[in-house]
Amino acid sequence: MKSSVITFPGSNCDRDMDVALKKFGFKNKMVWHDDAELPKSDLIVLPGGFSYGDYLRCGSMASKSKIMKSVINFANSGGMVMGICNGFQILVETGLVPGVLLRNKYLEFICKNVFVKINNKTNNYFSNIKNEVLEFHIAHNEGNYFCTKDQLKEIEDNEQIAINYCNENGKIEEQFNPNGSIKNIAGIFNKEKNILGMMPHPERMIDNCLSGEDGSIFFNNLINNLK
Amino acid sequence: MIVNEQVAINHGLKKDEYAKICELLKRTPNITELGIFSAMWNEHCSYKSSRLHLKKLPTKGKKVIQGPGENAGVIDIEDNDAIVFKIESHNHPSFIEPYQGAATGVGGIMRDVFTMGARPIANLNSIHFGSPQHKKTKNLLRGVVHGIGGYGNCMGVPTVAGQTSFDSSYNGNILVNAMTLGLVKKDKIFYSKATGLNKPVIYVGSKTGRDGIHGASMASASFDDKIEEKKPTVQVGDPFTEKLLLEACLELMAGDSIIAIQDMGAAGLTSSSIEMASKGNLGIEINLNKVPCRETKMTPYEIMLSESQERMLIVLENGKEKQAKKIFDKWNLDFAVIGKTTNSKKIQLYFDNEKVADIPVNTLVENSPMYDRKWKKGKLPKKNKIKKGDLKNFKIIDVLKKVLANPNICSKDWIWQQYDHTVMGDTVQKPGGDAGVVRVHGTNKAVAASVDSSAVYCWAHPLTGGKQVVCESFRNLIAVGAKPVAITNCLNFGSPENEENMGEFVECVHGIGEASEYLKFPIVSGNVSFYNQTKDEGIKPTPTIGGVGLIKDYNKMITMDFKEIDNVVLVVGKTEGHLDQTLFARNILNEKNGPPPEINLFNEKNNGETLLKLIESNLIKSAHDVSLGGIITAVAKMCIKGKKGINLNKPKYLINELEYFFGEDQGRYIIEVSKKDLKKVTDILNKNAVHFDELGTISENELYIDDKTKVTIDELTSSNTKWLTDYMSN
Repeated sequence: MKSSVITFPGSNCDRDMDVALKKFGFKNKMVWHDDAELPKSDLIVLPGGFSYGDYLRCGSMASKSKIMKSVINFANSGGMVMGICNGFQILVETGLVPGVLLRNKYLEFICKNVFVKINNKTNNYFSNIKNEVLEFHIAHNEGNYFCTKDQLKEIEDNEQIAINYCNENGKIEEQFNPNGSIKNIAGIFNKEKNILGMMPHPERMIDNCLSGEDGSIFFNNLINNLK
Repeated sequence: MIVNEQVAINHGLKKDEYAKICELLKRTPNITELGIFSAMWNEHCSYKSSRLHLKKLPTKGKKVIQGPGENAGVIDIEDNDAIVFKIESHNHPSFIEPYQGAATGVGGIMRDVFTMGARPIANLNSIHFGSPQHKKTKNLLRGVVHGIGGYGNCMGVPTVAGQTSFDSSYNGNILVNAMTLGLVKKDKIFYSKATGLNKPVIYVGSKTGRDGIHGASMASASFDDKIEEKKPTVQVGDPFTEKLLLEACLELMAGDSIIAIQDMGAAGLTSSSIEMASKGNLGIEINLNKVPCRETKMTPYEIMLSESQERMLIVLENGKEKQAKKIFDKWNLDFAVIGKTTNSKKIQLYFDNEKVADIPVNTLVENSPMYDRKWKKGKLPKKNKIKKGDLKNFKIIDVLKKVLANPNICSKDWIWQQYDHTVMGDTVQKPGGDAGVVRVHGTNKAVAASVDSSAVYCWAHPLTGGKQVVCESFRNLIAVGAKPVAITNCLNFGSPENEENMGEFVECVHGIGEASEYLKFPIVSGNVSFYNQTKDEGIKPTPTIGGVGLIKDYNKMITMDFKEIDNVVLVVGKTEGHLDQTLFARNILNEKNGPPPEINLFNEKNNGETLLKLIESNLIKSAHDVSLGGIITAVAKMCIKGKKGINLNKPKYLINELEYFFGEDQGRYIIEVSKKDLKKVTDILNKNAVHFDELGTISENELYIDDKTKVTIDELTSSNTKWLTDYMSN
């Protein structure tokens, strides 16, 4: 399986993602934001970080960079595109997934392990995962997902919610919501479910001696689903 | 502007220093030259009060590749890998403008590290605030934490450990010390020594603005009522540009075009160009019209003294300009050839076709002032007679809960959860333990780092305090299974012109030197911050030690959380029950006199090295050093982290229970051992003449001494975790 990770100026989880994808068998290529063409890929990843310093609005400058035209075309033709953290913010700015990401409710950067409940398993990202709940890691300042009531209805009707923040037993309640996201949303799909944007970093959970191993479950499953 | 003595005094120079400048130049300097002298001769850049004493510190060792004098120290961690590291203060700017002050402190220290060719792999910080009740404390703490996070998080470098304390002596002068570790190949280390004539001098990074002019001078003065006026001297950070600068520099460094490289930190273009010239025994000629400026009509004076961040100066091989420029263009950074190396041994500046400065380099560096300041020797305070009767009224569990909730002991989750501590995917020990540990990417090796200071001990007796901080750093590294390799120090003190403050400095440095020599734990880099005072009141002497150690196989790393029920818990090292200057004495008994606990360097070394042997032999399940709050506080933290309880034995000898449990005798560790290994462990301890006591056995969920003296771990957890979050949300 071939994957590509896009590096924007200010990306800082690009190497971590490269390490993770390779560990689970992807042949990964790093792609510079100023390139026009994407290498042939089964999966495109927009990594975490602070593209363009997040100075205008997180992800907004990156969403206009040269490579993104190709990424958008790739996504619109059904290609798998995954945005993690800043990558999710970029996806939102392109309009490939609905909604916006606001500043965390308590106005502070949060870096810690969280539990997420898989809400939809009829897609290439999560189908065949046995677990209902995964322990992931978050590290962000603007992960407070928000959308309009109409959008929310549409997202729910189309089953576009990918994962929600919850406790270790899968209970989705406000007290387990780290950043104030509407409905505890931690990640969403586009309507067709080939595009996934999520705040948690599975690439930081691929080793027991790091934060944990649930990221390994995610990547192992992902490559098997794509085969 | 006409330069005279008064103008020089306004620049922070002393009368005799100004006279010396005129004598060295054999003329009156112009305003640009005066600005350059004032920047180079202030305390921050010239170390004029400290140089004499710093020379005595041990800086050499088998593993030392580069000691003090470069941008950062470098140590050998084998297999052609080396670690570059340094700690630096950003105290004054952080008090005036906490967010930017702290942020640029972090940015500056990372630049020091990647200037040497190393990719930063871990950040640490040691931050000290006034009393929690002081009206400024909360906002300063919030601002500093946001600033450290804002910069480090954006750079994508994990912040893996730190230290936070509160003490009213910092009410008018907080401390922000930032430390960075970087990884480099031993044969790809870059230095600041310029060599060769007519080599192009290149400016890269951000444009120069008017921010931070006289920042280094501001850092060399005491605060008064007008500190708000000093806001414009605080630099403004742009971590995004620094991230680009990091990547661009490392890309350029992969080739062979750089002769020398130096970041523009304190005193900006002035100190960077002069240091490169001075180390290479060369001259440098700069055309200031070529310097990329952010603002219009900047004068030579402003260009030379600006402390705009995220800039570097490079001496390049001839003919490599085009190739180098291409890299900086790719990263959207300025790249300008602004001058060349010369054989004049002078710093010569041109602006609008006029020579605006012409100063022999040695007058700025070798001939800079050096003072043998008067200092007063501190006496060892008499031991306090704490009456045993006074202790009767205290119940151990009540005291323990108070101690765990004390601002200087309580859990600092609120702080470190705001720092990205897992980016780069190699953090194997997160903040909250004895030391942060990161893997050397792609290997089985790991590097442990810790920052420590003990202002109370240093204040009570500077010589003992100085030794103690080094020992504590040594212990924290050993407790995670790392072999201590070297240290960096950040020496935060009051005014060197005050004999008592100067005495504290001299004796702390002496103590640091003695311990570092004995423990073979050399000092490879550091920084001195004087004038940490408002009006006449100085801070408690606060030398901060950043220690670095090596773990050859990270699978053998130790954490402090209790692992398994029924395992046996020992305290390694002798317990005498020293109470003076302990948290218990100062905060519970309200007794602030007396000497700090004694340091026995032989025991310190022997206990530590023996513990390392035990760890090497896989005999230790968890370990934690005993520091503030004594044995029971250390044990309680291990219970909290491991979500386990303990059945504690009563002390078998001498002292009162409170002395036993809350005393802060040095050189001690708590270790967890499985029952089957107990004999092996005690045999090794005995064989090495290491004193130990059996403390108890791990249980389910209660800290239990007897039926009247017990508490659930949940209750202890809540005492330990609530204070800071509550404080910050009120």
